Amino acid sequence: MKCRTCRGPAIIELPRHNANFCAEHFLQLCRRQVEKAIHDHDMIQKTDRVLVAVSGGKDSLAVWDMLIELGYQADGLYIALGIGEYSEESREYTERFAHERGLKLTVVSLRDDYGYDIPTATKVTGRVPCSACGMSKRHLFDKAAVDGGYDVVVTGHNLDDEAAVLFGNALRWDVEYLARQLPVLPSRHGFPKKVKPLIRLTEREMAAWCVIRGIDYIVEECPMAEGNRHIGYKEALNVLEEKSPGTKASYYLGFLDRMAPVLASIAATGADSVTPCVQCGAPTGGEEGSVCAFCRLVERSAAHEPVSVELVRKKSRSQKRVQAEASKK
Amino acid sequence: MKVLLRNPRREIEIEGRRRVHALLAELGLPRESHLVIRNGTLIPGDEELDKDDVIEIRPVISGGF
Repeated sequence: MKCRTCRGPAIIELPRHNANFCAEHFLQLCRRQVEKAIHDHDMIQKTDRVLVAVSGGKDSLAVWDMLIELGYQADGLYIALGIGEYSEESREYTERFAHERGLKLTVVSLRDDYGYDIPTATKVTGRVPCSACGMSKRHLFDKAAVDGGYDVVVTGHNLDDEAAVLFGNALRWDVEYLARQLPVLPSRHGFPKKVKPLIRLTEREMAAWCVIRGIDYIVEECPMAEGNRHIGYKEALNVLEEKSPGTKASYYLGFLDRMAPVLASIAATGADSVTPCVQCGAPTGGEEGSVCAFCRLVERSAAHEPVSVELVRKKSRSQKRVQAEASKK
Repeated sequence: MKVLLRNPRREIEIEGRRRVHALLAELGLPRESHLVIRNGTLIPGDEELDKDDVIEIRPVISGGF
């Protein structure tokens, strides 16, 4: 198997490009895809101060690595979610990555700084763990970016993430979510600009980037995300991808090219009624005098005694068993 | 050969030689969601694995939002 560019020995095959690559030319391909995404969607300027949302996983560490390589000024923000050993290990990977490269990393701890963690918030809200987790992270990334004077927040969402979310939104015909599923959310109403430079690269490519660049990351799956719907969508899309390479890219990038413009008028409506939270001052969609969802979550979760990861997982597994049995009847 | 699998982390022993893509198929692991690594280096699908090799098959799907 030979590299398409130099004809040397290849280390990875990319069926969606109908090509194989050596390490050097695979990295070059990834850099070019990120540069193209940044350029095509006007994501980041070279003078911008960038805040990268890092989790210790492959995607966020890879995008941070790439941005530094490409000459951007990028600092990291890690949020300690309190998901047992998984969080401890992912924090170690993140801190080691930043330390070895002399990069600035800020750590916010839900337990130490806000008095709760994700297992406890999951128990309190009674919703899926990813709901409290995503909301906490969005709020704290926004806050850190605004407080720190950053121009843009970067997240490590890749092509598989975006294709899976698009698939889920399309299955439900959730037109408002579809209209807003864009790789750039502009800065407005006190929210920072948010961008996704990895939209042209797959999870497999990001994991390969990390292996080649010698980046250690947490390989184990988040124990609270185990078996969630999002992973099911990814697996379904990968079945299609194996049969017809390039399906994920044509699905999501085709959506951006041809469907997102059709939905633009929907994306522009209904997002203007924003008021400051009366407790923390962050922008919130509620009426004048409202408390934002994050402050409400903190208030309820911090008042609850801490709950272990295992307890929440057991409950989630038993709920799934009940649902499965009910669906058989 | 020794094969390290993840999620959960475990090790299995496979008898005899085979190519990477044949091993993945045998284990029912899709190529699109896995990488195969030997001595810290990625190896492509047509690579022949030796009976004394130690390899890792690393899943790449992550589930957060």
